[in-house]
Amino acid sequence: MTSRPGEVVRFRFDGRDYEGRRGDTLAAALLANGVRRVSTSVQLGQPRGIFSAGGEEPNALVQIETPFPEPMLPATTVEICDGLVATGLPGKGRLADRPDPARYDTVHAHCDVLVVGAGPAGLMAAAEAARGGARVILADERPAPGGSLLGTAEAVDGLPGRRWAAERAAELDGLADVRVLCRTTVFGHYDDNYLVAVERRTNHLGAAAPATTARERIWRIRARRVVHATGAHERFPAFAGNDLPGVMLAGAARTYVNQYGVRPGRRAVVLTTNDTAYPAALDLAAAGIEIAAIVDVRQAPGEEWARRCAERGIDVLTGHVVTAARGAGELSSVVVAPEDGGQARDVPADLLLVSGGWTPVVHLFSQAGGTLRFDEEIGAFVPGDTQARDVRLAVEVAGSARGVPTLSGCLRDGAEAGRRALAAAGFAVPDQAPPPAVEDEPAAAPARHLWLVPAADGDGDDYREHFVDLQRDVTVADVLRATGAGLRSVEHVKRYTTAGTAHDQGRTSGLLTSAITAHALGLDVADLGVTTFRAPYAPVSFAALAGRDRGHLHDPVRVTAMHDWHVARGAPLENVGQWKRPWYYPLDGEDMTAAVLRECRAAREDVAMMDASTLGKIDVIGPDAAELLDRLYTNMMSTLPVGSIRYGVMCRPDGMVFDDGTVIRLAEDHFLATTTTGNAAAVLDWMEEWLQTEWPSLRVHCTSVTEQWATVALVGPRSREVLAGLAPGLDVGNASFPFMTWRDAEVAGIPARVCRISFSGELAYEINVRSWYGLALWEAVNAAGVTPYGTETMHVLRAEKGYPIIGQDTDGTVTPQDLGMAWVVSKKKADFIGKRSFSRADTVRPDRKQLVGLLPEDTGRLLPEGVHLVEPGGTRALGHVTSGYRSAALGRTFALALISGGRERVGERLHAAMGEEMIPVTVTHHVLYDPEGARRDG
Amino acid sequence: MTENLPDHPDWLWAAAEPKRSYDVVIVGGGGHGLATAYYLAKNHGITNVAVLERGWLAGGNMARNTTIIRSNYLWDESAGIYEHALKLWEGLEDDLGYPLLFSQRGVLNLAHSLQDVRDSVRRVHANRLNGVDAEWLEPEQVKELCPIVDVSPDVRYPVLGATYQPRAGIAKHDYVAWGFARAAAAYGVDLIENCEVTGLDVRDGRVTGVRTTRGPIAAGKVALCAAGHSSVVAAMAGVALPLQSHPLQALVSELLEPVHPTVVMSNAVHVYVSQAHKGELVMGAGIDAANSYRQRGAFHIIERQMAAALELFPVFARAHVLRTWGGVVDVTPDASPIVGLTPVDDLYVNCGWGTGGFKATPGVGWCYAHTVAHGEPHPLSAPFSLDRFTTGALVDEHGAAAVAH
Ligand SMILES: Cc1cc2nc3c(=O)[nH]c(=O)nc-3n(C[C@H](O)[C@H](O)[C@H](O)COP(=O)(O)OP(=O)(O)OC[C@H]3O[C@@H](n4cnc5c(N)ncnc54)[C@H](O)[C@@H]3O)c2cc1C
Repeated sequence: MTSRPGEVVRFRFDGRDYEGRRGDTLAAALLANGVRRVSTSVQLGQPRGIFSAGGEEPNALVQIETPFPEPMLPATTVEICDGLVATGLPGKGRLADRPDPARYDTVHAHCDVLVVGAGPAGLMAAAEAARGGARVILADERPAPGGSLLGTAEAVDGLPGRRWAAERAAELDGLADVRVLCRTTVFGHYDDNYLVAVERRTNHLGAAAPATTARERIWRIRARRVVHATGAHERFPAFAGNDLPGVMLAGAARTYVNQYGVRPGRRAVVLTTNDTAYPAALDLAAAGIEIAAIVDVRQAPGEEWARRCAERGIDVLTGHVVTAARGAGELSSVVVAPEDGGQARDVPADLLLVSGGWTPVVHLFSQAGGTLRFDEEIGAFVPGDTQARDVRLAVEVAGSARGVPTLSGCLRDGAEAGRRALAAAGFAVPDQAPPPAVEDEPAAAPARHLWLVPAADGDGDDYREHFVDLQRDVTVADVLRATGAGLRSVEHVKRYTTAGTAHDQGRTSGLLTSAITAHALGLDVADLGVTTFRAPYAPVSFAALAGRDRGHLHDPVRVTAMHDWHVARGAPLENVGQWKRPWYYPLDGEDMTAAVLRECRAAREDVAMMDASTLGKIDVIGPDAAELLDRLYTNMMSTLPVGSIRYGVMCRPDGMVFDDGTVIRLAEDHFLATTTTGNAAAVLDWMEEWLQTEWPSLRVHCTSVTEQWATVALVGPRSREVLAGLAPGLDVGNASFPFMTWRDAEVAGIPARVCRISFSGELAYEINVRSWYGLALWEAVNAAGVTPYGTETMHVLRAEKGYPIIGQDTDGTVTPQDLGMAWVVSKKKADFIGKRSFSRADTVRPDRKQLVGLLPEDTGRLLPEGVHLVEPGGTRALGHVTSGYRSAALGRTFALALISGGRERVGERLHAAMGEEMIPVTVTHHVLYDPEGARRDG
Repeated sequence: MTENLPDHPDWLWAAAEPKRSYDVVIVGGGGHGLATAYYLAKNHGITNVAVLERGWLAGGNMARNTTIIRSNYLWDESAGIYEHALKLWEGLEDDLGYPLLFSQRGVLNLAHSLQDVRDSVRRVHANRLNGVDAEWLEPEQVKELCPIVDVSPDVRYPVLGATYQPRAGIAKHDYVAWGFARAAAAYGVDLIENCEVTGLDVRDGRVTGVRTTRGPIAAGKVALCAAGHSSVVAAMAGVALPLQSHPLQALVSELLEPVHPTVVMSNAVHVYVSQAHKGELVMGAGIDAANSYRQRGAFHIIERQMAAALELFPVFARAHVLRTWGGVVDVTPDASPIVGLTPVDDLYVNCGWGTGGFKATPGVGWCYAHTVAHGEPHPLSAPFSLDRFTTGALVDEHGAAAVAH
């Protein structure tokens, strides 16, 4: 077969150059080049070969080096491309040491019928569903449609199976409402028919892959009905030496011959428990491989198969078993013996085909919540009733995925499943079409379920070479050791032995492990069951799952209308929630400390401005808006007159502060609530949770309008003067525009809502305009000679006034009273969230942690936030520093802290414990600047 | 070829048949139930004990967690019990005579915002005052300890530093469960699998026994250890627990050559990762928001977690997810556990460990056994009483404990 047709592809494996053909898997190409040892086993370090021809491969794991390092892929699924470099894997894969340059993306799709698997059953199901007018998605993990037909080369409707499948798929793909996805593995089936699939789009193109095409794409599919036409995996019995390179599933060998034109060996012995290995043997023989013998554990195979073998001169040894595969590093002979004892003989062979029957691929069905039942005929678990109580799946299962043994049966079954799906999805079911014709389908003789070929002595130690899980190097001896240790559950045996935990997640070994365990415990495997199936059905790359949610798309970057100005001014940015906020605006040669002191001075002595657009803003509208706010805030909101503003605090039911902000009343039934920047979404969620789950009768709507407004805070003794200049039509007099009121006005020619509120204690305004005027307003205010300041200065100014930052000076364990804000808790309201907790024993404790100020004795010493306070000589923490700054106004450093019994301790001397160092501080009232509030009115 | 895991012993435990009565019946054969049984026998000489497990032993969260062990919790109460546990971990392999693969490889909790930094530094100071090893690391030091973490400013939420607890680490969960099971069974404790408790018999305010799918069993005392199903079981005695049960998912990759020497947790870029002994990456993140008793979650949680993983560890891009799974975790309003007495005499409760109770296994077993044996709380578990939800004396680790695992 050196002269296989097709385009030559050059690749490198384990340091040697080879040629394969376009369309080969790496496994096929290696076999074509006579490479039989591919990897090394994980525990024992034994050479391992190619065992299968698909994703169930337990042995031939490779590491990709070029085009880009990728750990652990089955050689049976890697399509070769020019320049591919791979190595056999010794149990562990290796990650690249550089970032992956590829792109990954995600799409959503909706359909009436999703068909998983484009084998004969899946193709028919999709065709029927499409014929009835349904929107159909047909997905298959292989590069081409056809499923088992690719390997068996059986004819359908007089065409070679592969061609028949390709034509059907092409017809389907030509329909407007049908999408055929190849190289697409459906790997998860979640609730309500939400399925996830990964499409491998460029891997097979190697270096020729267009850089702009996503390498892998996740499909998130919501389907009304799903047809699982996922096929079956061949399994193998446990016998000595069944891990040697050269031992291969019978169906896989058939695939290599038929699909790839590759001979996996020269002389083969076939071990089988059922008829399906016969056509495999005959196909191999026809391809020029000598079949030394078919070893059939049954007394008789199907008559027609026996006849054909006789015709070909193939020896069929019924009632025989393979007691051992032998060879140094790879198979060289097979020990064959009558099962009931008798003379064993050593048959030279470089290939041993094994078939222990077929196990339906029920992974997705089981993931979806379907229950399984044991089918005695095929000796495996099959999908149970989809309409059983507590299950009720919108799923059909078709073909060999539910144990249908024949090709004609699968074609019919697929069509029926497609029709059932159509009907269930509410479509009229068209007249039945005649099923495709299958000519050669000899009657089958019953299979026998043989799991284990006993060792000579049947002692635990004699089972050290009877492999159960090839990839984990788990043998029958290991399983017996587990049951010997007292274990009775397959889940325990799995964990004790590690069987089924490897890359293949036990696809070829799971049932075998259960069967051997059952055997050891004297139970029926039907009763013992198998371990749970979990997503993903096949390994999926991290990068595909991450998709495009990386770097700056990892979480939305939110910026205000003035952002570019801040950046142009060289302001370093602080992440606050999703927002980027200017931290401070350094002038040439200024460090952060100097800049912040200067900004603070401007705000306290002159006039300064801040971009306050990021504060959360929630529109609360409806006849019960006031009632809702009364229940959410600790203080009264319903008494707020239209035109006025009130500061409010929200607590959790445990009485702990959750958020704060101002509420302005725009109309009788319309409020605007502001929240902290980081908490805006949480507050809206909170409102909705209460509205939707507890108070659905309230007629209120809450809408986030944060992004609709841009806000400039104008702060400082000269702010009134600046505002008057910018808003000539606004009467800014203290009496006509008092504190905690708002006015509509034109500011710098822009329609604005001006609020007289202050988070600094100074005379201050917040000017709100539509977002798109934000920059214009900002520039106009700045042009009036106003100093911009960032979040750091804002923090210092408010701290000097003892205003807490929720989330910095609180941590979910602090009440309004602890913050010295008992005044914000209504005594009049009948109820509000948190009220009951304020009378609890722990909430009224006098030694609760309370917000206080701290003045370090060394007036230049900055107290690090997070440092704990102790009594001089003590070690018990009394509390910690929540905020610590240098104050321009106080001419010294200061801090805020939460301290046990803090208000009682005002005047006391404590130590801030910096490891070994103790920094002496004095406790003060938390309002350190302008405690009389004299500066508010300018 | 990789290093083999240590072998399990040749003998673990024998499946026991339920007797008609026991001095103590423990409901739930997870890590906590088994550790409680062990310490009841070892520390208090109480061996007429049954552990009732509705499925296979330690097949609940004990079999599903990501095995992170640390004691760097914020509050004194938490530090007390978790540090007690960590000290026990440090001698547990010898005590149980079982290789637990306890590996003190250190845990990093990353900070990504200025507030994260404040909270982290605060926790470091609190830990030190409580005798818990803790350090604050700058980004370069994070990089030194775990070179694959991307500490560049290019990520969405750059790493601004981390707390580090060198004594923290991981262990192998099954080995731990089986170590306790084997040792408890050796003391004569009955480990009864496939035995679901369906009712609690309460007479005159006192619990007298349990109903099970394998018949009624009388009990002098009943100790609940049902994790995600605690509220269901407690309700059988009319005890309402302030718990919400949620799915919590985790996943593993294929076996990889060593790349990750420690444990990294991040709350803001929500994911946590370690590389287990065999070589697989083990990862988790936050709970599914919906309540559920099913041991499965929604897929977008996994996708989000992988995005977070690649933000912090770009080299993981082409690793593969082999398997995902979910457990059911019981979350309290203050994210701290409930351990102690109930309004029903002789009925004890241990629950609410939520997403982080594996690390506590020996510690809680120790304290809970004491509580059950003496009928009064162990000093270390006393702050975690059920009545704190009435008094308000919460131990709120929500904002405080970095990631809650
Ligand atoms: C995905 C995930 C990751 C986690 N990661 C960590 C981590 O990294 N670090 C950490 O410290 N913690 C972690 N945890 C949390 C930790 O697993 C749990 O807090 C801890 O295991 C709970 O105690 P347990 O072992 O006794 O629980 P479980 O093992 O769940 O035991 C409870 C048992 O009670 C049984 N039961 C319930 N109802 C009944 C009944 N009616 N009758 C009889 N039996 C019953 C259950 O079947 C179960 O076996 C994680 C949890 C999950 C799910």
